[in-house]
Amino acid sequence: MRLSYPANVKIILVPCTGKVDVMHLLQAIQRGADGVYCVGCLEGTCHYNQGNLRCRERVERVREILQEIGLEPDRVRMYNLSSGEAPTFVAYAREMTELIRRLGPNPLKHSKPSIRLEEAA
Amino acid sequence: MIVAKRKPFEEILQMIAGHRKVLIAGCGTCVAVCLAGGEKEVAVLAAEIDMARRLKNQPIELGQTTLERQCDREYLAQLDDRAASYEAIVSLACGVGIQFLAERFPTIPVYPGVDTCGLAVNQDVGWYEERCRSCGRCVLDRTGGICPVTLCAKGLYNGPCGGTNRGFCEIDPEQPCAWYAIYERLKGQGRLERIRAITPVQEWRDTVPRTLLQPGYRKPEKAKS
Repeated sequence: MRLSYPANVKIILVPCTGKVDVMHLLQAIQRGADGVYCVGCLEGTCHYNQGNLRCRERVERVREILQEIGLEPDRVRMYNLSSGEAPTFVAYAREMTELIRRLGPNPLKHSKPSIRLEEAA
Repeated sequence: MIVAKRKPFEEILQMIAGHRKVLIAGCGTCVAVCLAGGEKEVAVLAAEIDMARRLKNQPIELGQTTLERQCDREYLAQLDDRAASYEAIVSLACGVGIQFLAERFPTIPVYPGVDTCGLAVNQDVGWYEERCRSCGRCVLDRTGGICPVTLCAKGLYNGPCGGTNRGFCEIDPEQPCAWYAIYERLKGQGRLERIRAITPVQEWRDTVPRTLLQPGYRKPEKAKS
């Protein structure tokens, strides 16, 4: 179909959206990404039964956390489609891009986290 | 295991409001299993604090670590050379671990990142139910393995009370009556006569800080450090 989608969307492949963890989404925002969204299979069609449902719950948790710390929850979202729906994929990429443009840049991108991992000796 | 619940984020943020360098210390045992204070929860809390403080233009330096157990000196000792470089520590261990950590580093404020909620069973991932109040005088032999101190709303040793209602408790129609369950369990085991034995009242006035020494062990002359 050779459809094009906004170039600002960077795709990270995971075997299933069930692999996506709260920390993956939080770290993306923490390190300055303007928004992150997960695109999972349609609900009820997960090859691993619950992967996309678990992802949705994690996305919801991250949205709560963003609200708590004072960022817009809509910077993190969940979408579902089947692998045959390229036009829907493009529509979601555009929708997310427009949404993030309206919210503006992530204010965290101007500073860096200072977190040190203290290994137990 | 001991179960705990993460404190509301705003409360934790308030505790560390005046500090600019804070260590988040998790515990790898009970609170890790009940998803409140293990390695992952430490990472999430650190990320939350970092972002919230940067958004307020009050950046904070954070350290994150998860000790195997905070209720054992040998693991707390792992922080001996580093604790002093932090202004404060937020511990995600149970109340026992938090206190032992605070005792180890008495000059550093140690704040609780969780509320310890009791001794519970694992019903499913993220779902825990209390079963024991660690009263120090177990009566499970005569109650069919069902604890009336924990599961009866009144904590009755000799029940049921008049509030039992077709298997449920008067406090909540969905709360099973512990003494009904005890009756049914003992009946099923053919041990119903056990329910007639009167259990003397617990001497709650003796509920002072308890020290446990197992048979064959004694306190060393001077506590090891």
